[in-house]
Amino acid sequence: AAAGPGGAERYFTRWYKPDVKGRPCEDFCVLQHSNRRVGWGGPGEICVITLAEAHPLLQSGKTIKSINYQISANCSRLQNKVSGKSKRGAQFLTELAPLCRISSSDGEEYTIYSCIRGRLIEVNENILSNPALLQQKPSTEGYIAVVLPKFEESKSITQGLLTRKEYEEVLLKRCDSSS
Amino acid sequence: MSSLTEKDRPVVQLLLNTGTCPRCILRFCGVGSQVLYRHPAKDLMKDLQEFLKNNQEKEDTGCLDGADPPSKRIRLEQTQEGPDDVNHNGVLQQVPSMNDGNAAMESSAGKVCNVCLGILQDFCETDFVKKVCQKVNSADYQFTSFVFSVSLPPQLSVRERAAWLGVKQEMRNLGFSLAKDDIVQLKEAYKWIIHPQLSEELGVPADGKSLFEVSVVFAHPETDKECHFLATACPDCFKPAKNKQSVFTRMAVIKALEKIKEEDFLKHFPCPPSSPKKLCDALEIQCNNGAVFVAGRYNKYSRNLPQTPWIIDGERKLESSVEELISEHLMAEFKADSFNFSSSGREDVDVRTLGNGRPFAIELVNPRRIHFTAEEMKRLQQAINNSSDKIQVRDLQLVTREAIGRMKEGEEEKTKTYSALIWTDRAIQREDITFLDDIKELKLDQKTPLRVLHRRPLAVRCRVIHTMRSEYIDEHHFRLHLKTQAGTYIKEFVHGDFGRTKPNIGSLLNRTADILELDVESVDVDWPPTL
Repeated sequence: AAAGPGGAERYFTRWYKPDVKGRPCEDFCVLQHSNRRVGWGGPGEICVITLAEAHPLLQSGKTIKSINYQISANCSRLQNKVSGKSKRGAQFLTELAPLCRISSSDGEEYTIYSCIRGRLIEVNENILSNPALLQQKPSTEGYIAVVLPKFEESKSITQGLLTRKEYEEVLLKRCDSSS
Repeated sequence: MSSLTEKDRPVVQLLLNTGTCPRCILRFCGVGSQVLYRHPAKDLMKDLQEFLKNNQEKEDTGCLDGADPPSKRIRLEQTQEGPDDVNHNGVLQQVPSMNDGNAAMESSAGKVCNVCLGILQDFCETDFVKKVCQKVNSADYQFTSFVFSVSLPPQLSVRERAAWLGVKQEMRNLGFSLAKDDIVQLKEAYKWIIHPQLSEELGVPADGKSLFEVSVVFAHPETDKECHFLATACPDCFKPAKNKQSVFTRMAVIKALEKIKEEDFLKHFPCPPSSPKKLCDALEIQCNNGAVFVAGRYNKYSRNLPQTPWIIDGERKLESSVEELISEHLMAEFKADSFNFSSSGREDVDVRTLGNGRPFAIELVNPRRIHFTAEEMKRLQQAINNSSDKIQVRDLQLVTREAIGRMKEGEEEKTKTYSALIWTDRAIQREDITFLDDIKELKLDQKTPLRVLHRRPLAVRCRVIHTMRSEYIDEHHFRLHLKTQAGTYIKEFVHGDFGRTKPNIGSLLNRTADILELDVESVDVDWPPTL
């Protein structure tokens, strides 16, 4: 018997961003936690950036060759260091800030984007040592990054993204157009 | 007056002339006899006059024929010709004229003292004592002793300085030197006088360490501006402080007075200080009892009860809370203003606390009642337990503030035991989970759980699971009993928190695991003492 969305994913709401940067089916899923502090100037809700089920990397036959958190000459997401409750020192992310680049064995390259504005808390180092994790458990242990938006930005996050229902409609349209 | 000596004479003379009350005069002469200050003001005035007259008599040994000697006597404004006014020659003393070469003195009795502004005058009288005690009695506090604290308007320090400088000047002119050291502090003298009266009226002793405080704030708006000149003379003493209304606090004024030079002081402030028109006002008479501490252990039987009230955006999300259910009765019985609840760790809303419960302590602020027998505490415990089935308390007792430290020690050092109901995605057989029972001292690395990461720093915690014991239920469920180090996140150990707690039950069983229920079985802190 399966439980819910249960376990670690309980208390998260799923938001979707399909076809990021116009690239077909490169969809992402942002898991937004329900816990928040109250008040302006404070933090919003913790968000986990993951691949949505339609992403090419999660389709059968794809093997991941490498995952690289060095997104430019000057910026490695692995060097992100936060301190204190307010997560000082965090790299600031905009919606289209790259988190990492993933190459598959068939020569394709995919960029994973933040999808939301906020402070980068951590990137998942477990997928560096075990890339298969990303494909086996994309919604939990295979997550890409944890981002913390500001309280004021929380609303704009959910406004820029699709609900599960809306995303399913997108998926349906894709099926229809391809058939 | 045997406490006064020859060298005090000019001081007494000057101060009496310039409108200072008898008790302040005694202070300036360094008279340390508490009893003396308690004499009625009228008597003290008489004694001072006698003291001065004696000097006069020494000088006037020639005037025995009844002619009016130059008078140095002070006349009470209120009284007319009474027996007091007759010298031992039977001749009526006259009010001295201003032309009198021996420095005419105006009647200063009946006037408000230019140094203490009436504090050592009317505020030592029975009427005021009665007023204070009335306030205390109507406030309905339980107490066995009291401490009386007094807040004086800052300009008193300024006036004291001015009067002192006048005395210094006079003594210099007469060729004497004067040390400041033996001036009796106004507050001290005031307490000498008023403590015994309060003590008598309230029926309990005055004790500096008492937890029951009666406080009075005195103000004298008429002279409030007298401190202001210090701000121009010593600006760095008067920085605008965040919460204070006036920058001219007692401390700031005293500091400035230490810094300012005598010449500068005298430029800005009259010496001797002027006689005020009115007495001080006693603004507030307040009572406060020191906090009492009640400790115990609580059990939590609800999976829908937060520790503290859960209010978001002004809306209460869940009814009641552990602290409210326990404190409600205590607040009512102890008649306190407010409370502070703390416990040795805490559990989530959906977690029960079983076994002998979790230690807690409640600080009751400004309680009206403080004495409770063991019997009464037992009944109080029963009342709390009867009022709710969501929580139960035991070992309810009064403790000291110091004892709270023991409870907080426990939070970081002591072990806890739990019982978790676990679900697995793939089927398990009995033999699949028995190995858990053999694992001892399992070291975990737990990153700050995602569910608290918004308000806690990102860190990795090493925690130890000392022992585990599994109970097979069916192919997808088992119960796990664990004994862990304090500060271990159990839920995250079960579901793995996106792989951020390692190892976890999922990784140990090679499955996806979820926690359906969690109970605290014991909190291994041996405080408070079991009753």
